[in-house]
Amino acid sequence: MMTASDDTAAKPAKRSSIDFKTIGPAVALLILCIIGFLLNPAFVSEGNLTNLLTRSAFIGIIAVGATFVITAGGIDLSVGSMAAAISGVMIIIMNNAVETMGSGVPTVLLGCGLAIVLGIGAGWVNGALTTKGKIEAFIVTLGTMGIYRSLVTYFADGGTLSLNFDIRGTYRPVYYDTFLGLPFPVWVFIAVAICGWLLLNRTAFGRYCTAIGSNEAVARYSAINVDRVKTLTYVIQGLCVSFATIIYVPRLGSASASTGVLWELEAIAAVIIGGTVLKGGYGRIGGTILGALILTTIGNILNFTDVISNYLNGTMQGLIIIVAVFLQRSDWKLGKSK
Amino acid sequence: MSVDTTAPAAVIEAVNISKSFGPVPVLFSVSMDVRPGEVHALIGENGAGKSTLMKILSGFHDPTSGQIRLDGKQTDLPPNGGAEKLGVVLIHQELNLAEQMTVEENVFLGRELKSNGFLDKAAMQATVRKYLDEIGLDISPTDRISDLTIAQKQMVEIVKAVSRNARILIMDEPTAVLTEEETQVFFRQVEKLKESGVGIVFVSHKLNEVKEIADRVTILRDGQWIDTRASSDLTPDMMAQMMVGRELSDLYPPMHEADVDAELVLEVQNLRAPSVNNVSFSLRKGEILGFSGLIGSGRTAVFEAICGLAPIEAGTIRLFGRDTGPTTVAQARDLGLAYLTKDRKEKGLLLDKKMRPNLTLFALPKFVRNFRLDSKAEEDALNRAIRRFDVRARDKEITVGKLSGGNQQKLLLAKIMECDPKIVIIDEPTRGIDVGTKQQIYHFIAALAAEGVSVVVISSEMPEIIGICHRVVVMREGHITGVLTGDHINENEIMRYAAGLKREELH
Repeated sequence: MMTASDDTAAKPAKRSSIDFKTIGPAVALLILCIIGFLLNPAFVSEGNLTNLLTRSAFIGIIAVGATFVITAGGIDLSVGSMAAAISGVMIIIMNNAVETMGSGVPTVLLGCGLAIVLGIGAGWVNGALTTKGKIEAFIVTLGTMGIYRSLVTYFADGGTLSLNFDIRGTYRPVYYDTFLGLPFPVWVFIAVAICGWLLLNRTAFGRYCTAIGSNEAVARYSAINVDRVKTLTYVIQGLCVSFATIIYVPRLGSASASTGVLWELEAIAAVIIGGTVLKGGYGRIGGTILGALILTTIGNILNFTDVISNYLNGTMQGLIIIVAVFLQRSDWKLGKSK
Repeated sequence: MSVDTTAPAAVIEAVNISKSFGPVPVLFSVSMDVRPGEVHALIGENGAGKSTLMKILSGFHDPTSGQIRLDGKQTDLPPNGGAEKLGVVLIHQELNLAEQMTVEENVFLGRELKSNGFLDKAAMQATVRKYLDEIGLDISPTDRISDLTIAQKQMVEIVKAVSRNARILIMDEPTAVLTEEETQVFFRQVEKLKESGVGIVFVSHKLNEVKEIADRVTILRDGQWIDTRASSDLTPDMMAQMMVGRELSDLYPPMHEADVDAELVLEVQNLRAPSVNNVSFSLRKGEILGFSGLIGSGRTAVFEAICGLAPIEAGTIRLFGRDTGPTTVAQARDLGLAYLTKDRKEKGLLLDKKMRPNLTLFALPKFVRNFRLDSKAEEDALNRAIRRFDVRARDKEITVGKLSGGNQQKLLLAKIMECDPKIVIIDEPTRGIDVGTKQQIYHFIAALAAEGVSVVVISSEMPEIIGICHRVVVMREGHITGVLTGDHINENEIMRYAAGLKREELH
């Protein structure tokens, strides 16, 4: 409520708390890995680590997009449903294209191209409704979340959409093959992360996102096209969902109403654990990547041990999120010293 | 200096207060006392330590050394507003009201009256109405705060304080955002509070007001106590000199005559926009054009429309001889037109960011090399701006919200100038900043004009309009009522046009 004690804390607390925010998630991940190793040395086997990285790629890629949306002061709840809907449409189109285009690479490329177009389109719809339509992002994306989820159920007629078996053979390497020892999804994750980091930290666009999230009026008075930048953050989010979907579809070769359930919450959780501020104005791509790794690692460790039931995965993730945000509270040091 | 032995005993006394933030001392053994029923003004430049002293007097900061005496007894004031219970209330400049709640709910917030476990609305409303009547404020207890004017909100803060049996009211620049008329209403309320025995600490940069309302004046400079005197012994000029410690005869720079034949850089014809009704005027190269009028007369609205911040409904705008349709803020900037907002905290600066991103935000495209931001160029720009505008910060990495008002204003000016505009519109160039910084800003504006930049100054402070402008446009209710030049630029004339007593037949 009051800002009275701000300048008291200015110098000494600022340095340490910012450092803490930066290394915090890294330290947490390291501790988790040590715990994992102590519980079961097989945790650090090459096979498991590769598996862990591959698994975290989906959430990680989506979370990079979410970092932009949240940094600019928005929120996107529709990403899980969007991924499911895009998977569904991809599968339908590829299955139908088999007759005319065969089951080779062109069909898969058609599917991927379509996924990208759909992701950009869906992101643009979210963005346009929040900016031009002047509806709260929470409401818009809550709405589109329901719409996309029901669409995939409808396409699958309540069941499961399965990819044509021949195409599956062509498409399979995208998830299962490796390049220089790392699975393909991990490379996509790395590429998206680097592009995201450069975009947020090294370009005018990234600066604009931060400025808008920090204070939209100031951004408007500073000659920033607020509506366009905000819409673009949703488009980036949609594009990230497309990438995640493209590497996800060959994994199971199917889509159903349960595809991508709760991905939106995991993505937002990864962003927040990574130190991005939920109300906007402060984004960290590096933190987001660590956040995604932390979330996946928890699930992985629970798989490896009998101490805690695997069914408590959600509980552990929930606890980590709450603890992470508690530790990031800027007045944490102050509160302690009083 | 306080020798008046017949005066009533002080309610609150600060004795030899010193305060340091970390290694940085900001107050050096300052003493001040407030008696019941007096208005005690606290004046000084930005950074002189007024805010810190106020916060110590109200318990928001602890003094590093020295003591606070309440009714003659040494007291450790409870922190974070707890001092309200002892009758010491600080009214922040950014008012502390819940905007979506009603007047009555705000006044009783946190100590609601209840009967049988339910809120006793009737009793609370009756009490609030009684207070409102006493203070002479014409609003209803059921009005929402968000529907009130700033002056009314301020009164609600005061009612809230009085209803909590405040004996000492500490007010941080209460008149900074009030019109002259509202200020007079406010002063009448203050007189009533005085009569009821409340002691008031009043911080203001408007020295005429200090002279008018204060009984005693304490002057701080660079954290030092300079003097405490009866205000009847002081003139505003003396106060200003004691604040700055130097002669201020050259507050306004010498006026260079504007070249009346200079090319027209901005011609506005029959502009209509929200709160703007059929406005036409023109601006020449190197001219300083004042826009005067009461708050809400449409001065800001005219330029928000021209700069692409508000929609234009009708009219033509010619920039450098060429018609421009409706522009975006970015297009206006690229054409050489920049608007500096009066609301530096809400619309001007990102308070939670450092100086560098703030400085370059408006002109950011200039700092892009190969799609990337050139952070070295940004750093160079910051160093240049700090020198050129004399921005004083403890440390370049400080967040902008922690700078003093004057330094924030200089940074905002630097931010706007970063795109090298040919026309600058400066809205309230010196709101809430100290005399020394004001002087710097006036000289800067004059220097810009001498370089051939055209400057529009929108201001509610008549002396500055009169002191620096070549020509003055006066607005009232969305219309231009008069354009003054030369000797006609005086308070009397401006006021008559602004109040609608006089009206020019235009064109």
